[in-house]
Amino acid sequence: MIKAIISVIAFLVLAPFVGGLLAGFERKLAAKMQRRVGPPVLQPFYDVGKLFQKENMAPTRFQDFYVILFVVFIIASGVIFFMGGDLLLVIFTLTIGAAFLIIAAYSSNSPYAEEGAERELLSMMAYEPMVLLTVIGFYMFTGSFKVSDIMAGNAMPFLPMIGLFVGWVFILTLKFRKSPFDLSMSHHAHQELVRGMTTEFVGRTMGWVEISHWYENVFLLGFVFLFFANGTAYGWIIGIVVAILTYFFEVFIDNCFARMKWQFAFKSAWIIAIVLGVVNLFVLQLCFMN
Amino acid sequence: MGTILFLIFFPMIIAFILLVVKADKGRDVIVIGAAAIIAIMSIVVAIKYAAGGGEYFSFDGEAVNYVMMVIEAGLCIYIIITACKHKKWLAALFAIIQTPLVMWFELTKGHGIEVESNMYVDRLSIIMILIIGIIGTLIAVYALGYMKDFQHHEDEKGNKDRRPWFFFVMFLFLGAMVGLVTSNNMIWMYFFWEITSLSSFWLIGYTKTEEATNNAFRALIMNLLGGLGFAVGIVILGCVCNTVEMSTMLLIGSVYGDLIAIPAAFFAFAGITKAAQMPFNSWLLGAMVAPTPTSALLHSSTMVKAGVFMIIKLAPVLGMGNFAGLMTMMVGGITFLFASCAAISQVNAKRVLAYSTIANLGLIVACGGVGTAGAVWAGIMLIIFHAITKSLLFLCVGTAEHHIGSRMIEDMDGLFNRMPRLAMCMIIGIAGMFLAPFGMLISKWACMVSFVDSGNILLVGCICFGSAVTAFYWLKWMGKLTACVQGEESIETGVHKTETFVHITLVVLVVLVCLIFPLMSTYMLVPYLEVTFGGLGGGIMASGNMLIMVIMVAVIVLLALFSFGKSRKPQVPIYLAGVNTGDNRTYYGSMQQEVSFSLRNWHMEKYFGEKKMNVIGDVLCVVMLVYGIAYGIATLVFWMGGAM
Repeated sequence: MIKAIISVIAFLVLAPFVGGLLAGFERKLAAKMQRRVGPPVLQPFYDVGKLFQKENMAPTRFQDFYVILFVVFIIASGVIFFMGGDLLLVIFTLTIGAAFLIIAAYSSNSPYAEEGAERELLSMMAYEPMVLLTVIGFYMFTGSFKVSDIMAGNAMPFLPMIGLFVGWVFILTLKFRKSPFDLSMSHHAHQELVRGMTTEFVGRTMGWVEISHWYENVFLLGFVFLFFANGTAYGWIIGIVVAILTYFFEVFIDNCFARMKWQFAFKSAWIIAIVLGVVNLFVLQLCFMN
Repeated sequence: MGTILFLIFFPMIIAFILLVVKADKGRDVIVIGAAAIIAIMSIVVAIKYAAGGGEYFSFDGEAVNYVMMVIEAGLCIYIIITACKHKKWLAALFAIIQTPLVMWFELTKGHGIEVESNMYVDRLSIIMILIIGIIGTLIAVYALGYMKDFQHHEDEKGNKDRRPWFFFVMFLFLGAMVGLVTSNNMIWMYFFWEITSLSSFWLIGYTKTEEATNNAFRALIMNLLGGLGFAVGIVILGCVCNTVEMSTMLLIGSVYGDLIAIPAAFFAFAGITKAAQMPFNSWLLGAMVAPTPTSALLHSSTMVKAGVFMIIKLAPVLGMGNFAGLMTMMVGGITFLFASCAAISQVNAKRVLAYSTIANLGLIVACGGVGTAGAVWAGIMLIIFHAITKSLLFLCVGTAEHHIGSRMIEDMDGLFNRMPRLAMCMIIGIAGMFLAPFGMLISKWACMVSFVDSGNILLVGCICFGSAVTAFYWLKWMGKLTACVQGEESIETGVHKTETFVHITLVVLVVLVCLIFPLMSTYMLVPYLEVTFGGLGGGIMASGNMLIMVIMVAVIVLLALFSFGKSRKPQVPIYLAGVNTGDNRTYYGSMQQEVSFSLRNWHMEKYFGEKKMNVIGDVLCVVMLVYGIAYGIATLVFWMGGAM
């Protein structure tokens, strides 16, 4: 219980820092790949700080409500995860958070935001099956949906769930909204949607959206960590190292690819979910159930 | 006992009164009064029997049997005559086969079978009675206002006022539903089953246009086919197991599972047709031609719920271990997946709702098929949540249709500004349909867990992909509703008071069940499952998780009360690449001319085209049905050969 409380507090306090730093290093790395100097590592914090000093405005009176719910539920999903709670509950909470961001984008009735929202819906539909299959894979392997039980397990889920792991890394590109799947909003200057879903968010609202993304990123990497948890110290070390490597792998992919069409994003994500996800579940069923 | 009989006969008496009352005022008073009485009585029944867990009533029914037989024969003749008049030979054929079959069975073999209790009430039937008694009557009240507008349009076309008939069928339907969920004698259940089939036939064909008549007959033919399955099931049950009681059947099933699977497969088939599973889903879509209260009634509290009630009832004798269970769960799972996909390509709000109903029923059917305590828990929860949210959504679409003149989702642009209260009701309904922490998601979660536990990975695949698709079509509709379009005037003044009352009541119910569902689980579902399955065997959601869900609902409700639309930030125009004319709806095009824009959702016809999804789903489901029924017949033949 105390452990759970400590890790929740640690998540609430540290996650934005870790997420912000990751974003800072990401920009540094991208700059290096493009032979630029790049901004300082702390630049994301300066950016968000500045957002909070901007003048407050909004296109409608209702947008803020949806954004608040987005922030609350994204953080809540991380909290439940680090509390050692139920993985399905975590996923559903994350989904509701994502849903409110989409609704917030719709509420302005702005063409840019709405097109971004529409594409985000598409991405959601693309990655959701894989997310659910992964969670079910954990359940089939460890016999529990609870993060705390999975953490305490004494066998590393990585190898038996290798298909799900690869699938998870694949959909992380969708979740992080990195190229080639940065359909709904992109940090690259090359896209036609301005800022997609977030076009109509300004100032403080935008700042909160950024911070929630940091929370979300840390928590998504926590999922990667879970593949290596086996209750020992080296499981922890491998897990953390692989999680960080995964993030930078995504950054690498981001900088190597141009954006693909949504058709490709959708088809590839579903095919991977069927081929790697469902087949992996069959294997788990044969080896670990009964 | 008395209260149950009251709930069966009172609506029927009201039905006949409504048939002769022609004046609007009189009808209003009678319907509202009767609705209140029925709702109160169903709550009384719930309070009376819930604590004890229910009772079986012997209710010696020799005379009743003969009365039912006479009515059945009359209905059979009626169907044959109407079918021949419209040249729908298939309907006549099914009627000619099944009614004499049941009568022959009753008069020969069935006559010797001792029936211990003809009727019963347990916690599941209490839940059903509450749904029928409260949601069903709310829809009837809503129909008062709706049908006035509807008749107004009909008058313009010169069609005569047939509303007495409409309300007659509606109340008849409610009475028959109560009978259906409290009959332990399968022959009685069959009687009510046929009445509901016929009632929906009348309701769908209400407008008497050619399309309505055709669709009504399609519904009738498919449901008569299901009725035929029911009749065959009764005959097999009677001949092989020497009983016609549901309770005895389940009891025998706990020992001779393989044997009972044979009639169970036929009963499940009947349930599948009535629950509009693929390949029978077209009748429910066709039912959309009827006035909206009909759709709401068929989708939420009656008709299709009779189908899933049957399957949930059978759940203890289904399961992974036998062919009837496999058939049922796969038909449900496949239907869930493909109906959800088909919903994406739909532009008509009512058709989106219809496909979503078919998909959700698929999930319930799959739960029944899996047949574990956990799965049935999920199935019953789905029945409850679906009944409330779906009726709310249908009734909202009905009102919207009368005020904006369209039932297309793309025409609901700016509904948030034009009809704010209605849009809010719809948004809450949609949230209730798919969004955590609202009800449906809780049940979907429990489904997922029980499917994984059953070890049927294909079913797990169906639910994972189906859920992803579900979120897509609901969210895009919800997005359309939440969009604030400037410069629209509110046109909400003309809504009938009864309609608004029903909307608000249903919204309150949606939120209420989301908040108290752990209590429903503890006091109704869990005791029911303990009696039926002799223990839970895990698989029920942990109470901690339920608590978190409830807290989430509370957070959303509280935040909504305090901050929804209360932002004080200065409002600025949206971004339109710097050429916004200022009204957020037009921009300066080339040569400085003003161009207006409008936004449309994705329908992905190429991927989720309705036809394609239906063909694939139909083929797969037919394969499963043929497998189940053929396996059943083969086992029967084998068993009879062995017995001889």
